[in-house]
Amino acid sequence: MTRVFIPSVLRSYTGSGEVTTKGNTLDEVLTDLDRRFPGLRFRIVDEQDRIRRHIRVFVNGQQTVDLDCRLAASDEIHIVLALSGG
Amino acid sequence: MPGVILLVATRKGAWLFRGDAGHTRWNADGPHFLGHVINHMVLDPRDGRTLLAAGKTGHLGPTIFRSTDRGGSWMEASRPPAFSKADEGESAPSVDHTFWLTPGHPDEPGAWYAGTSPQGLFRSEDYGDNWAPVAGFNDRPGARAAAGGPQDGTPDGPKLHSIIVDPRDRQHLYLAMSGGGVHESTDRGANWHPLVQGLDVVPGFDPTNLAVHDPHCVRLCPSRPDRLYQQNHCGIYRLDRPSEEWVRIGKTMPSDVGDIGFPIVPHPRDADCAWVFPMDGTEAWPRTCPGGIPGVYATRDGGASWTRQSAGFPSDQVWWTVKRQAMIADALDPVGVYFGTTSGELWASRDEGETWTCVVRHLPEIYAVEAAVT
Repeated sequence: MTRVFIPSVLRSYTGSGEVTTKGNTLDEVLTDLDRRFPGLRFRIVDEQDRIRRHIRVFVNGQQTVDLDCRLAASDEIHIVLALSGG
Repeated sequence: MPGVILLVATRKGAWLFRGDAGHTRWNADGPHFLGHVINHMVLDPRDGRTLLAAGKTGHLGPTIFRSTDRGGSWMEASRPPAFSKADEGESAPSVDHTFWLTPGHPDEPGAWYAGTSPQGLFRSEDYGDNWAPVAGFNDRPGARAAAGGPQDGTPDGPKLHSIIVDPRDRQHLYLAMSGGGVHESTDRGANWHPLVQGLDVVPGFDPTNLAVHDPHCVRLCPSRPDRLYQQNHCGIYRLDRPSEEWVRIGKTMPSDVGDIGFPIVPHPRDADCAWVFPMDGTEAWPRTCPGGIPGVYATRDGGASWTRQSAGFPSDQVWWTVKRQAMIADALDPVGVYFGTTSGELWASRDEGETWTCVVRHLPEIYAVEAAVT
């Protein structure tokens, strides 16, 4: 199971700062999260499958914008809010 | 005597202000969605209890919040407005934020329209829970060219707004875009044609190019649905259908005030009456009260003349900006008129603009004000 760390602004969906998911790619993980926490994915990824401008996703500490990136069960994903002004 | 609810959408959340019959006391309910940019919050006049609010945050993508108990509790739309996914190898826009919400025709309970940034038209059939693109508008030939590029929109992004459903005919729709002009459909959104004849554009631009047209706010007169008023980037206009030519009625405004602004508000029962909030459109386009002296202007003769209404306002050093959705009237007699400023002040008049009182100060930047009679 992949561990996903959730920023505070999205915990109204998940109820906690850390959840475990299943999926072989980042896209599958986000889809699994959305199935369990409806609406979460669209707040992070737009309708053209682009990670939103002020969201950063890190897999094992490395930033990725590729939803097709392959994941291992031991991977950790951090969803982080980028600076976006006041 | 009925009360009034003011629905105030701000850059940092939303508030409801419930007024007593005399408008002497207002009870604040909020903030709702603190930290969310709320561009519009609208109460469904068909049932008097369904509320929709268009929100996003600085980080997260857009959504629609829904309440069926006037804001007592909220749910999130299952499928917020979103453009169709691009075909392989093609590009397509994505919704940055929903900017405008309009309830559908009374004969279509549950129907709502939404306008977005960048410009897109969306429709819900189920009280705002699921939204689908209106393909007849979004995918019409020339749609992207008419919308222009990012430089043709507002500083906060190009917007589709002023979605109007003809109260006599659910098939008959109007909308406006900044930029992109005013458009009309007579078949419930399947086909559209522009309505920009007579509108000025910034000197030097080609008025046949829809992208350079910037209607700031278009409103239909409830008491005479064939009459529309418009506050444009380039003046105040009136259109009496079936004519397709807008008439600039702002030339009768005092020359030291001008006819530039964002909102325009028609009287609910007198189609010759409308209110505007003029702002300075000279030089660097400050869009603040001309000379730092605030004033609402009202016409009672369809724009032939205008009367200043400023009793109750501070007299000088006032640099308010009032956005296009931030001024509204209720349906009481006499009519209540309301506006919110980007400096977070909410003002109300219970006598059709003759006198004004401040309801609240120190809110975040106000984006929209709606009024509902309860």
